[in-house]
Amino acid sequence: MSGPGLNDFVIKIGTVNGTGSASANGLLMKSIFRMGIPVVGKNVFPSNIQGLPTWYEIRVSGDGHAGRSGEVHMMVAMNQATYDQDLAELATGGVLLYDSTWPRPQLENRPDVTVIGVPLMKMCNEVVKAARSRILMKNMAYVGAVAALVDIDLAVIRSLIEETFAAKAKLIDSNMVAVKLGYDYVKSHYDCPLRFRVAALDKTKGKVMIDGNTAASLGCVYAGATFGAWYPITPSTSLMDGFVKYCKKLRVHEESGKNKFCIIQAEDELAAAGLIIGAAWNGARAFTPTSGPGISLMSEWIGFAYYTEIPVVFFDIQRTGPSTGMPTRTQQCDIQTTAYASHGDTKHIVLYPSDPNECFDFAVRSFDLAERFQTPVFFLSDIDLGMNDWMVDELTWDDNYVPDRGKVVTKDDLDKMESFSRYLDVDGDHIPYRSLPGTDPKGAYFLRGSGHNAHARYTELGHEYQEIVDRLLAKWESAKTAVPAPIVQKAAGSTRYGMIAIGTSDAAATEARTRLEADGMPVDYMRVRAFPFTDEVEAFIADHEEVFVVEQNRDAQLLNLLLTETNAAREKLIPVLHYSGEPLNYRFVCDALMKRIKLRKIA
Amino acid sequence: MTSFLKPKIRRHNEPLNELGLARVDYEGNMSTLCAGCGHDSVTAAIVRAFYELSIPPHRALKISGIGCSSKTTSYFMNDSHGANTVHGRMPSFATGALSANNDLPTIGISGDGDSLSIGLGQMAHAMRRNVNMLYMLENNGVYGLTKGQFSASADLGSLPKKGDPNEFPAIDPVAFALSVGATFIARSFSGDRKQLVSLIKAGLKHKGFAIIDVISPCVSFNDHKGSTKSYAHTYEFYSKAVHADYIAPSQEIVAAYDEGEVMPVELHDGGYIQLRKLDADYDPTDRGAAFNRVMDSERKNEILTGLLFIDEKQPDLHETQNMEARPLNEIPYTELNPGADALSALQAEFR
Repeated sequence: MSGPGLNDFVIKIGTVNGTGSASANGLLMKSIFRMGIPVVGKNVFPSNIQGLPTWYEIRVSGDGHAGRSGEVHMMVAMNQATYDQDLAELATGGVLLYDSTWPRPQLENRPDVTVIGVPLMKMCNEVVKAARSRILMKNMAYVGAVAALVDIDLAVIRSLIEETFAAKAKLIDSNMVAVKLGYDYVKSHYDCPLRFRVAALDKTKGKVMIDGNTAASLGCVYAGATFGAWYPITPSTSLMDGFVKYCKKLRVHEESGKNKFCIIQAEDELAAAGLIIGAAWNGARAFTPTSGPGISLMSEWIGFAYYTEIPVVFFDIQRTGPSTGMPTRTQQCDIQTTAYASHGDTKHIVLYPSDPNECFDFAVRSFDLAERFQTPVFFLSDIDLGMNDWMVDELTWDDNYVPDRGKVVTKDDLDKMESFSRYLDVDGDHIPYRSLPGTDPKGAYFLRGSGHNAHARYTELGHEYQEIVDRLLAKWESAKTAVPAPIVQKAAGSTRYGMIAIGTSDAAATEARTRLEADGMPVDYMRVRAFPFTDEVEAFIADHEEVFVVEQNRDAQLLNLLLTETNAAREKLIPVLHYSGEPLNYRFVCDALMKRIKLRKIA
Repeated sequence: MTSFLKPKIRRHNEPLNELGLARVDYEGNMSTLCAGCGHDSVTAAIVRAFYELSIPPHRALKISGIGCSSKTTSYFMNDSHGANTVHGRMPSFATGALSANNDLPTIGISGDGDSLSIGLGQMAHAMRRNVNMLYMLENNGVYGLTKGQFSASADLGSLPKKGDPNEFPAIDPVAFALSVGATFIARSFSGDRKQLVSLIKAGLKHKGFAIIDVISPCVSFNDHKGSTKSYAHTYEFYSKAVHADYIAPSQEIVAAYDEGEVMPVELHDGGYIQLRKLDADYDPTDRGAAFNRVMDSERKNEILTGLLFIDEKQPDLHETQNMEARPLNEIPYTELNPGADALSALQAEFR
């Protein structure tokens, strides 16, 4: 098991939301990143604007593990309301940092941890006049205290502050004063640094710290999406914020100042879906970001787009359900919903990115797949991926990329045709040709969600109806060869055990696999990246006697989807389910697998 | 079945429009509505308006929701792209379609059920966005396809074919549109072809959201004694306030009435909508006054018709969005791709 040790420990900061601590926490994390040390940041925040508890967890991982560890080694306990909880969460041998401006009698509870008191508020009150600034400066003071304890380079902190306040030079010095208050106090009162600390490495070159929603929004821009509609919902909102920001920066006509995009904030999710489907019908690459509750509301339209074969992209940034659930906590609970969204027989293409780099790539691929297969495509992310910063390789772009617009007939094409039938399988690949409105009278057709035949005419004839829905199924199945294939990591030797994970469960699963193998428990690993499942998925299950399916929901949604859509035997698949709302950690996965593996050894 | 192909029969010496097309070129499939349905008259008026405006059928969009009225998109202009969408959601689909290409004249067909119950929200938001479309609300006060339940436009106390009188006040699309911000608001009657054709033409030429509330009686479920949406009742209480004619840029405005009674409203295409006030006191450019007049007519059980409000100055959605004149769906990808260098540069903030 992990640390704490050099470049291997977890700091958790407990604060109150609305006090400006987010920038202080970001500063801490980025300082470590700038020192060349891989780092992971997880923001656990309430569905509230001001006054409720919020935490930020920073995992320093010199080995580059991208998931949570499941332990806390330093707790920066700035919120009195969660003090007991924060103290209890600290690992044995850990360090608790608190604001000793106020006495904390309950500190006696944990003789196995070191308590470090710093009079943060008192010191800030002495040098800062304005009340609001005092609170902000107190945040910077704990940054300084933590920096002293774990040996973060003050020059790196200063350069980051200088970048942040480049436009307001006055704030650079005042922030540094606050940092120094905490730093100097700790240096003069305690032995520094601690046993676990950072030391500069060279492991973050060519890397960026970026969240999945921002990366996905860039993917939409680079894919050539011109139309976006959405109804604000946590945690998808920042995806559209990113799209707005980058369109304004990159998509405005230089001379005319006019937009080469259209973004509409809809009145609800139903309208958002209608807007993008209308735009896509008329030839624009269109998308909407939403979350589970939005998918529920959009379901009627999703079935319409599926049946009428309109290419649209739905970004589902999952959050904890059911119903309103815990809107700011993570889960992978829409796996089943997105696979089969809407009434009637419907099956969709779904992509499962696991880091921001893949968010960028899969966003682009979503549009290509949607247009090639003329169908809705779902991009299934979650709040952990969407709203937390992840360290990934810098995003790159191939300028030779050409969008796959699929089979769209031009006026010339129509001129050469005897007649045009919107839903006729001309090429035998299950994908018909589509025409855009306004092209030519010959291309005109009537789009309807009611029964229609290959010529887009209304029908209630069984065989005509079946011809279309059978083709839709064949079309969906043919997407198997076009969607991203799973990624398989084989253990060094042969093993009877396999493990399957999806999306953000990957980081913890990968780390668990590495550690288990080091402990003599080799497990082969496969990360599923798309639905429909490619043939490798079934083969992987067939190749192992027992397969752990790691996912973040109660009902084993991926496992059940595997059972439904492959020939896998139920008794082979063992669910490993984490659904507390906190991102998965490797300890949880290790524990679950070890228990089973050891049990078998004993037997 | 809503899709019987209708044979195109051309007659000798048939009049042709500027494009050389005959009226039959604007027709669609056979209607499968009940004989005498008001909606069929509305369809005929739409055919005539598009024909007279010489709009190439393939350059127009016709979009509808669900219901008897929404079926009618199939009964005109077979050479247009049409979409029969989801119940109450025609406005969002139409708005999206128009956003991708604002060059296509767009007509949305809906009914009182589709618009005033399930679709009230979407209709309102298309109005406040001033989407450049003509929205036809074919209003008969009942749900036809589900066999005669009251809709939200049924008047308080109106009698059903069977059962108890309607217990709830009606939502008046005109008053609603006035309050929400539509920029072209009219009411007409399926039985008044002349007025209806004029209004459709003016509505299509208006830049922004135009709504025509058409009283379109349901012969099967709401044309009996005691119904306030029957042919007989509509004829009895029919009142014309403002007549509107579309005058193309090439035509001259001819004032055939006394000054004060005729008012030209200039359009973005250089043409005019010429208003002929049959009620001399009515000012259809004053939203507040129009609202008062509409409320007043309701108290008198009068069915006030004609172009009841127009505001040609408000920016439409395309303008509010500061979009290029060129349709989004015609911008080549080379102009949309910011390139690899830009991607690299913008990531400085993530290091």
